[in-house]
Amino acid sequence: MKITIAQLYPRDMNLYGDWGNTLVLKKRLERRGFEVEIIDHNPGDSTDFSKIDIFVGGGGQDSGQTIIQNDLLARADELRQLAKDGVPMLMICGMYQLFGRFFRTLKGEEIVGANILPIETIAGDERMIGNIVIRSQEFGDIVGYENHSGQTFLDKTAKPLGQVIKGAGNNMTDANEGVRYNNIIATYLHGPILPKNPQIADFLIGEALERRGVSADSGLERIDDTLANKAKEIALKLSR
Amino acid sequence: MARQMISTIIGKSVKKVAKLRGGGSALPGLVIEKIDPKFIQRTLADLPQGVVIISGTNGKTTTTKIVVELLESVGLKVFTNRTGSNFSRGVAAALLDEVNIRGKLDADIAVLELDEAWAVKFVQIVRPRFSLLLNVMRDQLDRFGEIDNTAALLQKIAEATSDTVVLNRDDPRIFKISEHIQAKKVFFGTTSELLQLMPTDDTLKYGTAVANQSVAADVLLKKINAQQATFQIDNKEIDVDLQLTGVYNLLNAAAAVALARQIAGPEITDTILSALESIKPAFGRGETIYLNGTPIELILVKNPSGFRLALLSFAKNNSATMIAVNDNYADGRDVSWFWDVDFSLLKNVAMISGVRAYDMALRLQYDDIPIGKIDTNISKTLEDFINTNPDEPKQIFCSYTAMTAIRRLLSEKTDVEEIS
Repeated sequence: MKITIAQLYPRDMNLYGDWGNTLVLKKRLERRGFEVEIIDHNPGDSTDFSKIDIFVGGGGQDSGQTIIQNDLLARADELRQLAKDGVPMLMICGMYQLFGRFFRTLKGEEIVGANILPIETIAGDERMIGNIVIRSQEFGDIVGYENHSGQTFLDKTAKPLGQVIKGAGNNMTDANEGVRYNNIIATYLHGPILPKNPQIADFLIGEALERRGVSADSGLERIDDTLANKAKEIALKLSR
Repeated sequence: MARQMISTIIGKSVKKVAKLRGGGSALPGLVIEKIDPKFIQRTLADLPQGVVIISGTNGKTTTTKIVVELLESVGLKVFTNRTGSNFSRGVAAALLDEVNIRGKLDADIAVLELDEAWAVKFVQIVRPRFSLLLNVMRDQLDRFGEIDNTAALLQKIAEATSDTVVLNRDDPRIFKISEHIQAKKVFFGTTSELLQLMPTDDTLKYGTAVANQSVAADVLLKKINAQQATFQIDNKEIDVDLQLTGVYNLLNAAAAVALARQIAGPEITDTILSALESIKPAFGRGETIYLNGTPIELILVKNPSGFRLALLSFAKNNSATMIAVNDNYADGRDVSWFWDVDFSLLKNVAMISGVRAYDMALRLQYDDIPIGKIDTNISKTLEDFINTNPDEPKQIFCSYTAMTAIRRLLSEKTDVEEIS
């Protein structure tokens, strides 16, 4: 069986080793005997989103966000429907923000987002930067690195990915980090996030397989994560 | 003048004490910055040939070393900050070593390597006569934020330059800077063919870099053949044998020659090209240290483009390989960039060490690279590495603080050039 992963805007939104997330998904699928195709979707491409099993998006510079904005808005309805249907998606940093309703700049301009996630982001003048650890009921402790000035706020009914143990997270006000919505995981954590937190990779893979009729009930075949666990153990102790 | 002399005496004394206590170059510079913020400005003001600044993401230390030695070959007395401590206080500390007790610097010209962010502050107090801008790559986003910000910093250096700015015509962000400057512009560059050996962030995922041929390069790196480079200068092709390793260092050499021609005049070209033949790599930048006759090559890697370039140049060597990575401020705290490097060129890695050894091991595992030992303790791992197959040539890819640690450890066993 072939599983198709789409990277959203990898040319302009791949600032923090985001390729690592795609690579981890690919290798963990291949080790379990699946064939993997990776499709890069860049502005103007006529990618057939209905054939995609997992979407991945990364962080970008301000200029990158401007370049991709029109294409994202043009494809937003499709993506929103796919998200409602439960297609697993991983959106990091810049793409996390752009999947929300809007990003308000320091001058008060509102950059319209894809309106898929129940969040809003407001530019801040201070960068939230450093190692971060969050705790999630679903995934346990998650480690990563954050580097953003946008402050993201969740709607009251929205569920965060986790609570900040060390670091800043979504904003300077509450202790939330990221958002969990249908099968979307959206977060400021890079590092990239999946290598040291393989339980999240396996969640995305499990959901993708289930939608293709492969029951993940019996659990995915285990992969030796000794190195990931060791790297995570060290990351948990790193200073901010 | 009294002020100059007082600051000099205090600075030199602090330096002496710091040295006795085994300290680095930062403290004396820090003290001078505090007691006499104009010390650098005053000391450099009298130089007959002014101040030269070299900046960019990759290659500053090597290029600065080349420029200094080229200028010395034509008889100029050059002041430089060769510790690679490329912040203002590093310059102040280097000056304290060189000035006489009256605070007078006996030099014709200063050639300084400056970190992008510090260079912007530096040019506000000392206006450079010449500057050389090498490249803009993604580097230490935890410090610089975005790559476009880094380009904006370099533009400020170019704008502050009074005589001539030497620029890389084949780096799109550097070339763009040339559209905004008043000073004379001179370019160096290479061919589309050679650019394939020097991937950048923009070509990491898509497309291939194309040389900006519509712009004439004063010095063009035309061909590479093992340790030989062919430069095209004034429509003549000249072959030069080099001690420098790594294709990117040959482009740095082209940049250095272009700058030296601006400073000392085109008539010195033959002299500097023959001097270029004997210039060795800078410390830790492809530097070879011999231990009981076995070469150990130290290769500094600090960002994805630099690591990719290093792998292209060094991975094919039949040397045992070690990688050592820390995550201190000077290394970059965020190690996400490991995932933007394709490691498949490496056949295997014997040892991985440093604070982030397991992050590196995890990265290599996902590229299916066989790994020998993993241990965060650098001194223990290095010991293991040199004692296993002691006669086998070795290479160590290392982050900045891992490199300085390894040099210090090796200096206890063999001759390592001291960088004060």
